[in-house]
Amino acid sequence: MTAYIIRRLFYTVPIVAGVLLLTFVLFNLVGGDISLEIAGKNATQETIDEIRHEYGLDKPLFLSLDSQFVNHFKNALVFDFGRARDREPVIDKIKRGIAPSLSITVPMFFGVVFISVSLALLVAFVRGSAWDSLTLFICVAGMSIPYLSFILFGQYFFAYKWGFFPIYYTPGLSLYEYAALPVLIGIVTGIGSNLRFYRTVMLDEMKSDYVRTAFAKGLSTRKVLFKHVLKNAMIPIITRVVLAIPYLFLGSLLLERFFGIPGLGYLMIEAIGSRDYFIINAMTYISAILFVLFNLTTDICYALVDPRVSLD
Amino acid sequence: MTDVVKDKKIVAVKGTSLWKDGLRRLKHRKFAMVCLVIILAYFAVTAFVYVAEFFNWQIRAVMWTEEVGPSYQPPDVKYVFGTDIFGQSVLRKTIYGAKTSITVALCASLISILIGVPLGAIAGYFRGVVDEIIVWIYSTLSSIPYILLILAFAVVLRDRTLFGFRLTGMVTVYLAIGLTSWVGICRLIRGEIIKHKDREYVLAARSYGSSNARIIFKQLLPNVFHLVIIDFSLRFVSFIHAEVILSFLGLGEADKPSWGAMINDARIELARGVWWQMAAATVAIFFISLALNIFGDALRDSLDPKLRMQ
Repeated sequence: MTAYIIRRLFYTVPIVAGVLLLTFVLFNLVGGDISLEIAGKNATQETIDEIRHEYGLDKPLFLSLDSQFVNHFKNALVFDFGRARDREPVIDKIKRGIAPSLSITVPMFFGVVFISVSLALLVAFVRGSAWDSLTLFICVAGMSIPYLSFILFGQYFFAYKWGFFPIYYTPGLSLYEYAALPVLIGIVTGIGSNLRFYRTVMLDEMKSDYVRTAFAKGLSTRKVLFKHVLKNAMIPIITRVVLAIPYLFLGSLLLERFFGIPGLGYLMIEAIGSRDYFIINAMTYISAILFVLFNLTTDICYALVDPRVSLD
Repeated sequence: MTDVVKDKKIVAVKGTSLWKDGLRRLKHRKFAMVCLVIILAYFAVTAFVYVAEFFNWQIRAVMWTEEVGPSYQPPDVKYVFGTDIFGQSVLRKTIYGAKTSITVALCASLISILIGVPLGAIAGYFRGVVDEIIVWIYSTLSSIPYILLILAFAVVLRDRTLFGFRLTGMVTVYLAIGLTSWVGICRLIRGEIIKHKDREYVLAARSYGSSNARIIFKQLLPNVFHLVIIDFSLRFVSFIHAEVILSFLGLGEADKPSWGAMINDARIELARGVWWQMAAATVAIFFISLALNIFGDALRDSLDPKLRMQ
C-alpha cells in the first residue's frame, strides 16, 4: 500500500510540471513583456527598466540558471507569485479571499448535493411516469437558461425589488445575511445538471442483476431503493462529490462579482479587468495543485476501500 | 445453370448503415425534430446575417446600428423587444448576437475537433511513448478548472499579434474555447480506437498492406465518428454559454452586439426597470440551448447502438 501511494505521488510530478510549463508558455512567452503596460504611457525608459528588473523580465528566457524559465518553476514550488499590480503580494490576496469564497461555495455545494440526490431517489421511484419526464424536462430547461440571467433576475427581484435580502455585500453584514441569496441562486442553477446526473446513476443501478433478485424475492420498492440501490450508487456519487471539492476554493466568479463578495472569484474578475497576469497565473497553479491532490486522495481512498482495485 | 438461379427465390435483405438506422429512429421522435428545426432556424439567421453583410444589403432586420426610436422604449407592437440606450432596436441586436454566438461555437467546435480527434486517434493507435505524451498533455489541461483555463487563454491571447495575425474580439473567444476544449473528445476517441484497433476489419486492412495513416483515417475514424457528432451536439451548448460569459467579462467582441454584451448592459439598466434587453438575450439563449440539449440527447439515443441494447 505504501508503495502504491508513493508511486501514485510520483505520477503527479509530470502533471504539476506540465501545468507550470503551460503557465510559462501562456504568461511569459505568449503574454510577453508587460512592463510597458504596467509603467503606463508616459513612463521614462528608466522606470520601464526598473519594472523589468523587478519582475525579472530582463533575464534570459531559457538557458541559464537564473533564467525566467527556471525562476518560474522555483517560485511556484515555494508559492511565491510576486506582487500584484497594486504592490500587494499575490499570495496574501489569495489567502484573504479563501474564507469569503468558501462561505458561499460550501453551503451551495451541500445544498445542491443533498437536494439533487434526494430528488433523484424520488424520481427513481416514479421512473418512466409522466412525473419522471416532467422532472427531466425541467432539469434540461433549467440548464438552458444562462447562469447570468439567473443571477441578474434573482438579484433584481429578490433583493432590489422585494427587498428580502441585501443587494450587496458590506463588511458589517453577518454571514447569513450576505450569503443567503447567492447560495440560493447557486443551488437553483446547480440542481438541473446534478439531478440529471444522479438520476442516470440511479437508473443505471436499477438495471443490475441484484435489483432484479431483490424484487424477485419480494422486497418492496422502497426497501430496494434505500437498502440496495442507494448504497451501490454511492460510488459514482462520492467520486463526483470529491472531485468537486477543489472547485469550492475557486469560489464562484460570477456570483461573487454580482454580490460584491471579496473572495477569489472577485479577485479573478478584477485580475482579468486589469490584465494582472500574476494573479491569474497563481490562481491557475493553485487550483491545479488542489485538483491533483484531491484526485490522488480519491484514488488512494478507492484502493483502501475497494479490494478489486489493483495496486500495480 | 441459369434456370436454377431463376427458380430460387432470392430474398435480398437490405442492410441499413448505422447512419440510416439512426436517422430513421430520430425521425420518429417528433419533439427532437421540432428542436432540430429551431437549431436550423438559428443557423439560417446566422447565415442570413453573413450574406446580408457580405453583399451590404440594406435590410432592416440586420441594420442594428440604426436608431429606430427613443432611448429605452419599452416593448410594444412597433418595437418588439424595445430599444436600448441609443434607441437601437433590441430585436435587431439579438439577431446580430445570434451570428456572434453561433460563429464562436462553430469555430470553437471545429478547432477542438481538429486538435482532439487526430491526437486521440494517434494516441490510441500507436500507444507507447506517443500515447504517454498525449495523455500527459491532456491530463495537464484537465487538471486546471475549465473556466479558469478559458479565461487565462482569453486574457493572454486578446489583442496579441501571433504570426502576423492580430487577435481581436470573436477570434480570441473561439481560439480560447477551442484550444481548451479538445480534451474530452481526445480522451473519448483514444478509448474507442483502443477498443477497435484489434478488430477483424483493421487486421484485414493491414493484411492487404494499408498504411497506418490509411487505417486510422479511412477505417477507424469513420467507425467512431458518430461519437464525435454526439459529443459536439451536446458540447455546443456549453460553447454558447462560455461565449456569453466571456463577452460579459469584456473579453469578447468589443463594438458589435452579442448576447453576453447585452446582458452586461442590463446589469446597470435593470435598476432603472429596463428589463427587455436582458429578457431578449435570455430568451434567445434559452431556446437554442434547450433545442440543442434535447436534440443532442435524442441523437445519442438513436445513434449509439450500445445504449439501445440496454
